Amino acid sequence: MGEFKVHRVRFFDYMPSAIRTMAFNSQTERLAVARADGAVEIFNFNDNFFQEKVIPGQDGRAIEALCWVGHRLFSAGLNGEITEYDLENLRPQYTVDAYGGPIWTISSNSQGTQLAVGCEDGTVKIFAILEERIQFQRNLNRHKGRIISLCWHPSSAQIAAGMTDMITIYDAETGQATRRLLVDRAMGASKNKEVVVWSVGYLSDHTIISGDSAGKVQIWNGLTGTLVRTYLVTKWDVLSLIINASQDESSVIAGTSEGTVIQFQFISSTLDQHDKEWVRTRTFRNHSHDVSALAHTDTAVVSGGMDTQLVVRPLLDKVEKNTQESALRKIAFPHRSLVGCAKKAGLLLFQFPDRLELWKLGENFHYVHTGKPGDRLPVKRKPEKLIELKRKGEDHICCSALSACGGWLAYSTVSSVRLYRIQYNKTISINKVPKLPKELRSVHQLCFSSDSSKLFASSCQSSVIVVAVSQQECRYLHTLKHKTGEWKARMHLLCASDDGKWLATANTDCEIHIYNLHKMKLHCMVPVYNSCPTTIAIHPVTNNLISVHADQQIFEFSLVQKEYTQWSRRLQTQGLLSLWLERDTPITHITFNPKNPDHIILHDTYMFCIIDQSLPFPELNAVLWNQMTLKNLPVSQRIGQSHAFKICKIFQHLMCVSLLEDLSLVVVERPLLDIMSQLPAPVRQKKFAT
Amino acid sequence: MVEHGDIRVVHCGGSKLNFRDPVITHDSRFLLCASGEAVKVFSTSTEECIHELRGHTGLVTGVLLRPSNHLQVYSSSLDGTVRLWDFTDGILIKTCVIGYPIYSFYASAKHENVIFIVTSMPSEKRAERFQLVAVHLPQSGDQLVEARELSAVLSGVNPNPAAIAFGRGGEFIASVNDLQLEVYFFKKQKSYRFFLKEDNKKGGWNTFTCVACHPKDDCIATGHEDGKIRLWRNFNHKKEYTYSTLHWHHSAVSSLCFTPEGTNLLSGGVESVLIQWRYKQESERDFLPRLGAAITHITVSPDGSLFCTSHSDNKITIIQSCVKVSAVIQGLVKGDSIRTDLMMDPRSKALVLNGKPGHLQFYSLQRDKLLYNLDIVQQEYIHESGLQQFEVVKAAFDASGLWLATVEERHQKAAELELNLKLWAFDEQTQSFVLNTTISAPHDAQITAMSFRQTADSQTTLLVSTSKDGHFKAWQLAAPAHTEDEGPSWLCDFVGAYHGLVPECCSFSADGSLLAVAFQEVVTVWSPATWELLTTLSQPPGAVSDLCFGRLSCSKYLLGTTASNLLCCWNLLTCSLEWSTSMDVRRLLVDPLSENMAAFCYQSGSTDLFVFKPSEPRPLFSRKAVCSGKVTQAVFAPREEMLESCEESSQWLNRSQLYFLTQQMDLMTFTTKAEEDRLLASSKQLVIDDSVAMTPFYLLLGKHRQQQQEHRDSDSSLWAERTALPQTSASIKELLQTPAHVLPSTSYLCSMFVQSLLISVSDAREEKAHAEEEMESEKEEEDSEEEMESSRSKPELVAAATESDAPALTKAQARELRRVRKLDHSWLAGLLDS
Repeated sequence: MGEFKVHRVRFFDYMPSAIRTMAFNSQTERLAVARADGAVEIFNFNDNFFQEKVIPGQDGRAIEALCWVGHRLFSAGLNGEITEYDLENLRPQYTVDAYGGPIWTISSNSQGTQLAVGCEDGTVKIFAILEERIQFQRNLNRHKGRIISLCWHPSSAQIAAGMTDMITIYDAETGQATRRLLVDRAMGASKNKEVVVWSVGYLSDHTIISGDSAGKVQIWNGLTGTLVRTYLVTKWDVLSLIINASQDESSVIAGTSEGTVIQFQFISSTLDQHDKEWVRTRTFRNHSHDVSALAHTDTAVVSGGMDTQLVVRPLLDKVEKNTQESALRKIAFPHRSLVGCAKKAGLLLFQFPDRLELWKLGENFHYVHTGKPGDRLPVKRKPEKLIELKRKGEDHICCSALSACGGWLAYSTVSSVRLYRIQYNKTISINKVPKLPKELRSVHQLCFSSDSSKLFASSCQSSVIVVAVSQQECRYLHTLKHKTGEWKARMHLLCASDDGKWLATANTDCEIHIYNLHKMKLHCMVPVYNSCPTTIAIHPVTNNLISVHADQQIFEFSLVQKEYTQWSRRLQTQGLLSLWLERDTPITHITFNPKNPDHIILHDTYMFCIIDQSLPFPELNAVLWNQMTLKNLPVSQRIGQSHAFKICKIFQHLMCVSLLEDLSLVVVERPLLDIMSQLPAPVRQKKFAT
Repeated sequence: MVEHGDIRVVHCGGSKLNFRDPVITHDSRFLLCASGEAVKVFSTSTEECIHELRGHTGLVTGVLLRPSNHLQVYSSSLDGTVRLWDFTDGILIKTCVIGYPIYSFYASAKHENVIFIVTSMPSEKRAERFQLVAVHLPQSGDQLVEARELSAVLSGVNPNPAAIAFGRGGEFIASVNDLQLEVYFFKKQKSYRFFLKEDNKKGGWNTFTCVACHPKDDCIATGHEDGKIRLWRNFNHKKEYTYSTLHWHHSAVSSLCFTPEGTNLLSGGVESVLIQWRYKQESERDFLPRLGAAITHITVSPDGSLFCTSHSDNKITIIQSCVKVSAVIQGLVKGDSIRTDLMMDPRSKALVLNGKPGHLQFYSLQRDKLLYNLDIVQQEYIHESGLQQFEVVKAAFDASGLWLATVEERHQKAAELELNLKLWAFDEQTQSFVLNTTISAPHDAQITAMSFRQTADSQTTLLVSTSKDGHFKAWQLAAPAHTEDEGPSWLCDFVGAYHGLVPECCSFSADGSLLAVAFQEVVTVWSPATWELLTTLSQPPGAVSDLCFGRLSCSKYLLGTTASNLLCCWNLLTCSLEWSTSMDVRRLLVDPLSENMAAFCYQSGSTDLFVFKPSEPRPLFSRKAVCSGKVTQAVFAPREEMLESCEESSQWLNRSQLYFLTQQMDLMTFTTKAEEDRLLASSKQLVIDDSVAMTPFYLLLGKHRQQQQEHRDSDSSLWAERTALPQTSASIKELLQTPAHVLPSTSYLCSMFVQSLLISVSDAREEKAHAEEEMESEKEEEDSEEEMESSRSKPELVAAATESDAPALTKAQARELRRVRKLDHSWLAGLLDS
């Protein structure tokens, strides 16, 4: 495996933002997740739950509700605006003010023709969904008190609205309230506190299911307006409730402040008969804090909340047991790299939504160390924060880059790109490069060439802008396009080769393009694989492109021969280890060992792996031995056991693994416990034996 | 060897009541439970055992009401038979021989004449496997039938009866074993299996412990090792089954039961709290805490009014509507181990031994009933497994029963040994023992033995304790030092040691003048008066493990057993060994009322008993293989009345009875044939009245009431028409109560009936009775005449006295009145005139 001096970095205090709401689109199998900082993330459930798109947040944008209408995504928030997103360019397309005060909820009818929003002033406003925009249609009859939750009847004829102390059913045609269902307040001391119907669901058989702040899930008959059954599921609030509307409406899940998700099923009490009723069945306990967002896919329960993790809990009665599909998934970290590393200078760039931090790694004493592997080295110079750069404007940072020499730093928001020159004399000076070419306005990904002379930026319309950067000026060189005039998906990965000849780009349509930078034109296109690449890299010696995809497959593509290499073909014919395929976090970064060109170092959240291309592949179901046990084996056996995949799990919750030029390994960890400790205290619960 | 055909070892009660779940009859009046080789019928209202259904020759493993006749009950046993009883009269109706040991059995109303039994599967492997077999009971009138129609239903089931339950109306059967739930549908003849993972990451153990099925809905409740209860639904699908989880218990759920209407689910476990979950409103639950010991079984009466929980301390609690404990049926408490010796309380003649944790139980042997528990430790017992808590390890009574000494200890792994010696005085007013002195840490190490000096005068009571720290200490009751309000308390009087050896046992001679303490191989004899070492005796090799002084004519002998399997007898007058014999004596006992001694010897897997006199070479009685396993606890219990037995071999049982505990914690005793015959004769009982359960108390009360009734009848002879004749009323009663189909024709009965209503016979009787009464009253009158003379000065007082007398005296009053009328009142007239 090789031995490395490791910089174990734990000073990246990245803090993900709480999940506020989510919406699942069962047609496209995409889940949109809105976080408290206003960012919207889109996960592709068809492609191994890969986080495809991130729309960066904005100060002052608090999303309360999300709604899919076909392929279009709408959000509404407490700023009183309805926003539609441009999912290609990852920015809000337009916003419409509803003029009803803060908006608590948004819901579309089943035909996708109308949007209903619930406002603070007690109105339900209906908007017509037109192409390219939405238009206000009318108000439903106004009631005192705010509208907290909304749900359309599948026939689009009625709307159920959850308010304080009651649920109102509106006729969507006339706008009249046809029925009011009064919700009981909590018993005991909180009798005087009004109860908030946080969530409401409307089934096609006119059953209304509500979750409220008194901890009740109630089932109502919407035709007669009578209460059918009350389930007291928690002492605190039932914050969210969702029906598996895409299926047979036989299951409802409710998320509570205690962090539990409770499932209710519509089943017959005696077998082989058809008198079904709602029964509380399973309880999932995967969160420590409020579960404020829920989604019910056909096979899984997706939940998220204050504790920032997205949990996908498959329903075991809907999936095959003991497969990859039946495993619980927790998505805690973004599926992209937030850490930049200047290999030559030993600098780290940490990207936060509102700032950038540049750190210089520590140094140890230079003497021959004779310790065991795993020993700590005494530190001569502690790591040091060089620069903390606050962003300008309201928009959050969406990408950043640091040149290998450490002399250049660039970041981008939705609206602008900024480039800085950093000089390291006695003191550190940072200067904004004043005049950037006007083509550099809205980019999705930034990348410096290895000699730091060029900056590549993936721009809209699937083009890459090449900018020459030097001491004197910043000059626009070229725009690389693979096909002119055709509208294409955006690039989410950029990678330049060490020799400066090649540039590889990958987009969310799973295409990888290779450009020849000497000729400034498209060199070739890698055959399209049906899973999105999560990271790409060009080997510095062989100039082979390594790409890792969301389904954990690895490909090696020779740029010169324009074909997959022998190694890649062998890997594909033999197949990857099941242990490798069952990992649930994507590979987010690849580096190479300059000393040993056979070594490829890649990492996900829970491990890093060195792939030795000179060694044979392990058997499909082989047990991967611990390095320590391997060391204890006799040499002959050890050689027999050696294989291409060397996995190290000493370091956990990895944000970045990179190899510096002095062959020391930088490992950036962000322990989940640290994140947990920064969260606000959860609701107090009586725990047994405490 | 002498043949003793007429002395039998019998099981004398105290058998497990909590072995299997009890059954409450349809009218909620009786509770039936398996107890050893019998089924006991208890009254639910008076807690009294009404009768025992005896007949099985093996352990009874199940009791079930017959689904088709609620006045009959099935019982199954390890002897391979299923018996059908009429439990109201205690009659065996039918015996069905199956031929395999039955571990548990089930029946449902849907499967008429079929019972389902669990038997072991024939298998080569070491581990026993069990299967559920349907047995078709043959329909013949014979007393003894053999069931031949067997068909296997499920294999690999759990022999625990809680692990199988019938579903709604007997449509399916649910069986749990280890991590698997299997549901078998009889109609489709198809079974579904559901597996759980062995444990989840949070450390829960998913192993199934019990199962119950909802009576109306298709819902199966299962209890688990980690305290969870799962409610399974939709279990006729391989994949779309679903379950919800209820969690309150912190340890394994030991029993689950639905109420007959299915509105509530009851669960219990080691926490000894009965929980009532509302079905479909599971967040609402009711608790009935402090039931005393871990719950092992829960049953509900068929009308749902009574709940009944069995507990690990051999107790059955009857609960009314989940709020009120209405009755407690307590058997002999059997803990995990009896640390104290068996003792007799000299006052109550009750057997005393470890009971509930931290308690001593007083158990009446005559009545086979627990009298009371004495709380020794006086600390809250925490119902959690694996927790080291205080245990009572030694106890001793003095001769008069005035003092009780107890030793409790707690030995935690890391911490030091905690020891307490407590002395309890009998309080006449409260009729119980009151704590007098607590001596914490009386010794530095475990106390090995403790003994009171058995003297008649209670003033100079002396207690000696020996300990592993190499000392023995004498404790004496000392007068309070300065304050007046405090009573006397116990203080250490003397500390003795012998060459640093560890004392193992001690014994006082019968008159209290000598104390023998065995220090490993050496027996030292001390004078308690002066604390002077009188002599030492030794018989190496092997440490002395038990010491006994002889009694009465044999009081010059000291007997000891050694670890090298020797029984030695020393003569204290010569200070030399009188005799010794080689036997592995586990327990040496002395009868306090005679010279006899009993030795329990362990030999090749079973225990032999020898009863002998130290002075005689030949044993009085010997019996090989009294029971299997070792006997370490035994006691001579003095009889209330001496038995007159002429046979030589059973004379040793005349004054006292020998009880012993087997390794299986069964209490056994020896009885003679004569005694058994006498018992049998006395236990002949009459028919049961239908309003009140038949108990000894009722019999007593009933007799009294009958007498009163007769008395009143004779009193109220003035109203003749009210009085019904005894024999006619009985015949009417019989007529009305006998089922119509067994009666003779109405025309035949009619004349008899009318005859019985005629009054003429009664008049004749009444007149006769009246005549008798008259005669009696005449006699009385003569007596009272004299009395009248003496008490003439205060006649109103007499009247008051007569009024306050029993109601029988009303006629006496009448007579008095009559007499007063006859009296001469002239003196009064004269008085008035003057």
